[in-house]
Amino acid sequence: MSLLDVVFGRLTFNALPHDLVTQVAVVGIVLLGIAIIGALFYFKKWTWLWKNWLTTLDAKKIGVMYIIVAVIMLLRGVSDALMIRAQQVVGAGDGGKFISSDTFQQVFSAHGTIMIFFVAMGLMFGLINLVLPLMLGTRDVAFPFMNSVSFWLFTAGMILVNASLMLGGFSPGGWLGYPPLTELAYSPGPGVDYWIWALQIAGVGSLLSGINFLTTILCKRAKGMTMMKMPIFAWSVLVTTLLIIFAFPILTATLGMLGLDRLMGMHFFTSGFGGNPMMYINLIWAWGHPEVYILILPAFGIFSEVVATYSQKRLFGYKTMVLALFGITFLSFVVWLHHFFTMGAGADVNAFFGITTMIIAIPTGVKIFNWLFTMFRGRINFKTPMFWFFSFVVTFTIGGVTGVLMAVPAIDFQIHNSLFLVAHFHNVIIGGVVFGYFAGITYWFPKIFGFTLNERLGRYAAYCWAIGFLVAFLPLYALGLMGATRRLDHYDPSTGWQGLFIVAGVGVVIICLGIFFQLLQLAVSIWQRKKNLDITGDPWNGRTLEWSVPSPAPFYNFAVLPVVHSRDPFWEQKEAAKAGHHPARPVYVDVHLPKNSGFGVIIAAFAFMVGFGLIWHMWWLAIVGVIGVIVCVIIRTSDDDTEYTISAAEMERLDHGHNTYAAKEQYA
Amino acid sequence: MKEDAPVISKQPVGPATVWSLTLGFVLAVGLTLAAYFVVVDHWLYGVWVVVAIVALAVAQLLVQLIFFLHLGREGKPRWNLAAFFFMLIFLFIIIAGSLWIMYNLNYNMIQMSPQQMDSYMKQQSNAGF
Amino acid sequence: MSKTDSIAVEHLDAVETARHGTTALGFWIYLMTDCILFASLFATFAVLRGATYGGPSGKELFGMPFVLTETLILLTSSFVCGLVLLGAKYNRTKLVILGLIITFLLGAAFLTLELTEFTHLVQDGHSWRASAFLSAFFTLVGTHGAHISMGLIWIIVMIGQILKKGLVKGTIRRLTLFSLFWHFLDIVWIFIFTVVYLMGVL
Repeated sequence: MSLLDVVFGRLTFNALPHDLVTQVAVVGIVLLGIAIIGALFYFKKWTWLWKNWLTTLDAKKIGVMYIIVAVIMLLRGVSDALMIRAQQVVGAGDGGKFISSDTFQQVFSAHGTIMIFFVAMGLMFGLINLVLPLMLGTRDVAFPFMNSVSFWLFTAGMILVNASLMLGGFSPGGWLGYPPLTELAYSPGPGVDYWIWALQIAGVGSLLSGINFLTTILCKRAKGMTMMKMPIFAWSVLVTTLLIIFAFPILTATLGMLGLDRLMGMHFFTSGFGGNPMMYINLIWAWGHPEVYILILPAFGIFSEVVATYSQKRLFGYKTMVLALFGITFLSFVVWLHHFFTMGAGADVNAFFGITTMIIAIPTGVKIFNWLFTMFRGRINFKTPMFWFFSFVVTFTIGGVTGVLMAVPAIDFQIHNSLFLVAHFHNVIIGGVVFGYFAGITYWFPKIFGFTLNERLGRYAAYCWAIGFLVAFLPLYALGLMGATRRLDHYDPSTGWQGLFIVAGVGVVIICLGIFFQLLQLAVSIWQRKKNLDITGDPWNGRTLEWSVPSPAPFYNFAVLPVVHSRDPFWEQKEAAKAGHHPARPVYVDVHLPKNSGFGVIIAAFAFMVGFGLIWHMWWLAIVGVIGVIVCVIIRTSDDDTEYTISAAEMERLDHGHNTYAAKEQYA
Repeated sequence: MKEDAPVISKQPVGPATVWSLTLGFVLAVGLTLAAYFVVVDHWLYGVWVVVAIVALAVAQLLVQLIFFLHLGREGKPRWNLAAFFFMLIFLFIIIAGSLWIMYNLNYNMIQMSPQQMDSYMKQQSNAGF
Repeated sequence: MSKTDSIAVEHLDAVETARHGTTALGFWIYLMTDCILFASLFATFAVLRGATYGGPSGKELFGMPFVLTETLILLTSSFVCGLVLLGAKYNRTKLVILGLIITFLLGAAFLTLELTEFTHLVQDGHSWRASAFLSAFFTLVGTHGAHISMGLIWIIVMIGQILKKGLVKGTIRRLTLFSLFWHFLDIVWIFIFTVVYLMGVL
């Protein structure tokens, strides 16, 4: 074994991409990367970037970075979607090849993996970071350093997925990597390993975030904010963190076991030596079902906030909303078999899980009715987030009922793994998760950046997404019912299905137009930001505490931590002010905030080394990575000087610099 | 507050905790030895062996939770206890659910016991599948 | 109250504060996630325990007196760890260090015995590659062993920190978290002992 083998493991020049499409993509990414890095050097912005963004422990900035990464990955995921559509149009015609079959498998696997783990989870964690501490009346999350580690682990996973494009290719096994296809015998290359380690690393980040946000909600609420006075978004985050902390360890264990099969020749899920691939499917869905509820519940929480604010009315049925959230959370842990009704369980098992799946529609329905009742007799402010909400109600409801349809095992036997299934889950994910997070971004954008987004372009984007979704996925329902199997790169032309695939392709193009409008909206809004400044900090006549701070929110969130007496505390405060009761003069105290730390980036870099080393059998690199992580953790936890103090006098000075009660001297 | 600041407080302390720790230890050792001898020295037979060792394990779990981890002794709100109960619920669902599903699958798929399926697969492997 | 009493009072409160603080809750929640991780490995072991691929099962492989020794060693180390926390309450730095060293030695002994068992199995041709049962066994017991190894590293770091900074708020908090971790590992071992070894030889 030569030195080169030891140093580079199984990494050779052969790992570079072979097909034209990938080569073009890689060249593009590399050039873009060089351009960005070059610009940073040219404008001498490295220090600024390191000090203000890469090492920050401010949850709001970490949230912005999550969303930036998620949006970049959205562009990659949609590109994958376009390629899938293009191949299926061509493949349903004359069986031609826009991309090779091998590439097609990697494309749909990357599409699913990226969309779920990096776009949806990224947007979710991003929004929670931006909003949760502000909404709870506190300064930051419970463990700011761990928050940074979570983000950078997420980014390390993202980089691994994109590295696969350049070196070695991705997994052919779909976003869930079923064995035996993903075992060594059938996928000996690095693709599946990329998939495993990107998800393991990002998964640890997600788990730590779950612990962080749960502790924040339980321990860090403002004084007087009992659990039943929290905003519903906070409740939705609470139940989501319960799902995260109880589901993600299953993913870690399962991916770990698959990794052990591949790395150490174990036989958990192999097709011989006693292995049981069905156990993988069982475990991965025991995680996978809670995962999709992890994605949707914060979106429900966002809609609760959006609908209440833009209806100028308090949320209808707060208690039942909380109960519904818990109902959905508990039920989401007892439905997972509905993802594999057809794989050998008896009728008794199938019936049990089918019934629980149908029951889960009930609390969801309660929530939808509560939102509608909130709007009833409200004074609706028709801003972009409400357009997303209406699109959500229609789209998600369609998706939900197709889900209840498939919950019947007998029906599922007909349409499992068909395009009907694909249409269903895109229906609920786009209609629910994506529309919800877009609504949230539009709603809270002014709080973070200090100016509102362009309304008109936002509406155009919403129309394009809503219409584009329908055009892209309703044909897939039809195709699925007619018998089209998923994940195929060609369909016999005698089926006559090409027309529907073309329609679906047009739909994706319309969605791309929607994304174009969103990017244009961002650019135009930044261009016109001076005209759209959020001077008061409260552009929507909001109800919750985040609207009581200036926009953009100061790094310390609240100059004086608020004391809360009711739900919708900011609304109460405004109502009291109208009635002539002004708050007492604030009493400033010393504020302790965490210092920046580069260890988040460094730990994630070592984690990346572990992943990359294990993928390419560069064992030395993996060992260096493990030792590096442990050493960094020891150094960081031994550091006692991790906070800095802002004196009370300085806090008062900072507070007066903003357009707040303090500056306006409107005290009792 | 700095991490290396000297510690200041007001509450009195009692020596009873050494004895509760020791009591927990003695109970745990006893439960361990009991489970060991139930199996190794055949103190019980048939399904009662399994019942006994599971009961002894659960008992030791409780002993260690109470005497070593002091679970439930915290003041309100008892988030530790709540988190523990939630975890138990989901742990039960995952383990019981997985076992129910997997035994249902295996039974229905091949109508063999794990041992039979095992030798069947070995046979198939030798035949080149 | 004498001076030593008031110092003891201070440290008792620090331990109680650490035990009930935000960091302890966060760490407790992490331990709950670790329980689910082990639960997944236990479930897999339970499903695959019969999949010996014609090879030996636990009955043929496990040496019970050996396992009992391991179990009692770990249990004792958990007890000593509890004494360490008491020592911290009473500000007895030397006792804390001594206790940590003993905990380390007992933990290292446990790990050595476990590695010896593993080595014998592998040398006799019963490695993790031989069957699904053995894969599941090595992974479940090995994951527990990996956690113990992390705990041993943690003890060394704690000894270093206490020698350097003494029993101050930060070190007491970390000591409290460590004790939660170490007790948790012993609790997991109760179930490995019961489910893997005791049930394995029935």
